[in-house]
Amino acid sequence: MLFEEIRNLLVELFGQEVIVAEKTEGLQPYLVLQPERLADVCLTLHDHEQTYFDFLSCLTGLDNGPEAGTMEVIYNLYSIPYDHHLMLKVIVPRNQEEQPLPQVPTVSHIWRTADWHEREVFDLVGISFTGHPDMRRILCAADWEGHPLRKDYKLQDYYHGIKVPYDDHNENNGFKSEPQWLTGTSNPFPDKREKPA
Amino acid sequence: MEEKTGEGGLVITKLDDLLNWARLTALWPMGFGLACCAIEMMGAYSSGYDIDRFGVIPRASPRQSDVMIVAGTVTFKMADRVRRLYEQMPEPRYVISMGSCSNCGGPYWEHGYHVVKGVDRIIPVDVYVPGCPPRPEALIGGFLKLQEIIRKETIRAPRAVQALMAKRQLNKEQQTLGV
Repeated sequence: MLFEEIRNLLVELFGQEVIVAEKTEGLQPYLVLQPERLADVCLTLHDHEQTYFDFLSCLTGLDNGPEAGTMEVIYNLYSIPYDHHLMLKVIVPRNQEEQPLPQVPTVSHIWRTADWHEREVFDLVGISFTGHPDMRRILCAADWEGHPLRKDYKLQDYYHGIKVPYDDHNENNGFKSEPQWLTGTSNPFPDKREKPA
Repeated sequence: MEEKTGEGGLVITKLDDLLNWARLTALWPMGFGLACCAIEMMGAYSSGYDIDRFGVIPRASPRQSDVMIVAGTVTFKMADRVRRLYEQMPEPRYVISMGSCSNCGGPYWEHGYHVVKGVDRIIPVDVYVPGCPPRPEALIGGFLKLQEIIRKETIRAPRAVQALMAKRQLNKEQQTLGV
């Protein structure tokens, strides 16, 4: 089934308004969908006998930065019986500080592989998936602050009493048993056996 | 023995030297690795490099080990665990920081939001082994360096135990005051 045919099928089933935009030039054509209808459309693409998109190859979160003010989730679908590919996108507004995270409906009930992918997007980019069974961080520590792959991400200064940024400590550290008069640098732990506070 | 020394089967030594010799010839590291450096560490344990000949045998428990080889990238998520494992080791305990990541953050020094920029921000390190990852020879060199450190040591009080006892005493006093 060609890209055009899949698009016409979706228009036929869901109406013209479900497709917000489409881009056909480029290596991989894609459709931009309404975020609210995403789960319905995906379920249909998964179950429909002309498409059978039974494999979610990849799920990507994308931050377009504070200037653009949008975030995207990109779905790469593959149909094993028909050998079809399809790329879908949803675009949601980016949240300011202190605002709740952008919301996208989950597809984890359609493709189980989306479960961990959506958790990763939540962890690193900060998009919340509504209806997800277990929306918590997957890679960073549970009490980590912020979403590290956002364009305006700022490192926290300390995590559990450990300084986060690289600093002079790294230049000054050396073989701890060497006396200070030899290395000429102040030793952060005068007695190496004392645990740093 | 008699033929070797010619001293009637007696060896006279200092207690310090005897203890140090015993310690440095049986350095048992904790069997624990974090990233690709751990592969080189396993290579060093295996028959090709065989660091068993220096008395280095990995132990499965921090309670039974003398050395912690921090082999790999220490993430902030792992930092609490590394610190706890170190605290579980009995004194005297030593730390070998193996590879660039645990020495100073390595390739993650600038943009690695998740990497501790040197394991010496968490626990005191005795020997740094450079490399990315270091070859097994370099790790063996690190052990030889650590043996040189231990050879110069003298008996000292177990400070972590003392600190723990002091803390317990303090807690006890506070409890009696509270009651």
